[in-house]
Amino acid sequence: MMNIPSNMKSIQDQLAADFEYLDDWEERYAYLMDLGKEVQGLSPEEKTSDNLIRGCQSRVWLITRYENNRLWMSADSEAFIARGIIALLMKVFNGQTPSDILNENFDLPERIGLTAHLSPGRANGLAGMLSRIRHDASLALGTQNRN
Amino acid sequence: MKQSDQSVSGKTHQTDWKAVRDEFPALHQQVNGYPLAYFDHAATAQKPRKVIDAITRYYEFDNANVHRGVHSLSQRATLAYEEARQKTARFICAKDPSEIIFTSGTTASVNVVALSWGRAHLKPGDEVLVTGLEHHANLVPWQMACAMTGAQLKIVPVDEFGEVSTDSVAEMLHSKTRIFAFSWISNALGTINPAHDWVQLAREKGITTLIDAAQVAAHHPIDVQHLGVDFLCFSAHKMMGPTGLGVLYGKKSILETLDPVFGGGDMIDEVTYEKSTWADLPYRLEAGTPNIAGVIGLSAAIDFLESIGWQNISRRESELLQYALEKLSEIPQIRFIGSPKERAGVISFVVDGVHPYDLGILLDEQGIALRTGHHCAQPLMRHFGITGTCRVSLALYNTFEEIDQLDRAIKRALRLLGISQSN
Repeated sequence: MMNIPSNMKSIQDQLAADFEYLDDWEERYAYLMDLGKEVQGLSPEEKTSDNLIRGCQSRVWLITRYENNRLWMSADSEAFIARGIIALLMKVFNGQTPSDILNENFDLPERIGLTAHLSPGRANGLAGMLSRIRHDASLALGTQNRN
Repeated sequence: MKQSDQSVSGKTHQTDWKAVRDEFPALHQQVNGYPLAYFDHAATAQKPRKVIDAITRYYEFDNANVHRGVHSLSQRATLAYEEARQKTARFICAKDPSEIIFTSGTTASVNVVALSWGRAHLKPGDEVLVTGLEHHANLVPWQMACAMTGAQLKIVPVDEFGEVSTDSVAEMLHSKTRIFAFSWISNALGTINPAHDWVQLAREKGITTLIDAAQVAAHHPIDVQHLGVDFLCFSAHKMMGPTGLGVLYGKKSILETLDPVFGGGDMIDEVTYEKSTWADLPYRLEAGTPNIAGVIGLSAAIDFLESIGWQNISRRESELLQYALEKLSEIPQIRFIGSPKERAGVISFVVDGVHPYDLGILLDEQGIALRTGHHCAQPLMRHFGITGTCRVSLALYNTFEEIDQLDRAIKRALRLLGISQSN
């Protein structure tokens, strides 16, 4: 059984604090890419076009599963920085309830100096991943309300 | 060894390249704490002060719709607009200004031909020929035209060097081919195709030709008479003019047979509720209020390029290209994609094990603007078995120091990515 994570606000605070220790962009990216190495990734069979996040320059695949009132996710990318961003998103959102996900103010990127990655023009998928997670959370919430 | 710009400027007819560069306001800025090194010219060029001023001046003093009013402002705007058409005609050696159609860009120019000419001339069993080097702008419109008419799209293959052989072109131009549409310079690899020879081959067989010259207009003179081409397309923004403006050149005898693609203001002779008749060329193919400011900007961009001179531009860009190739070749992890014998100022490369996106991000952190991705040429990327490249594209305003900055930045990024030389 997956562990229930702590609340998203405190996870974001902790990650922001971790990044604050890092002096410059090189250290921030090195740390981000290290986080990315911990991402379990997906099997080739799971990297389907349905699971592909559109509009990303580096391909990102994301799968969510709704179980025990919580949204569980796994994801993968062919780029190191995108995997790092996946790691951040998973730390914050994985295993949270759909309603908490939808209510969370996700301000981590600006707090750790990665705001540029939110712009759709950067086409790196953070915005795409985030909207897929929120979309799936809305769907899950619909399921929950019907039950 | 770092080459100084001073010593190089001596070789290039005393053009003061620093002064030329100073005319581009956008180049003088810091990005992420580093001086901006702009290597994304093939996507869009930076604009010299003269172009920016011409557009501003138009909006400040002359702004009015063209071809409509009798008032002074409209007269001035119309005069400037039509003078720009004449200048553009001269720029590419067109016989008549009415052979110049202003569009919104190269993409729109190709689409006008694919839709209008395609609808009139293509039928089931016919073939449209393009090369494997095409930008999507000279591929997708033809796919659409083929889907509409039942014609078939044929692709001249690219070899491992990123070249298309003239023999293959000759072989694939045959009795079923109705049009041969090709890029003169590949935006993704920089390959310069022998445009003149290819047009001649097609003409000998009575095949219509279209050249996508988007990557040419800022770098080499264009002479449509010498080329003998039927249609030629380019964009203002890649030649230091504004975005949103393109040119479609067509031989008058062919343009006269084209039905308009867009209907509306300015393109009609007479309108009744039952039917409309079309205006003469070029207006028939320019429906609606045109991009007047854009045309005026293009005119200033032509002046700018011609004031420097093609020989100087070509020598400068070739020196920059040689230096960049030399520097990048010294980085062992870099693998060039395409090694055409005739190459414009474009270098595409990959680092095995590194996604171009990662490298692009880490270079941006060091002030380097280059393009990563598939460069709107997905089939070409597939041909090389990759999803994208990093692309360095050069222009006359780049410096040798910027290439050194690029070299340092790539090495630093590769260290950060853990890609050591032994890999």
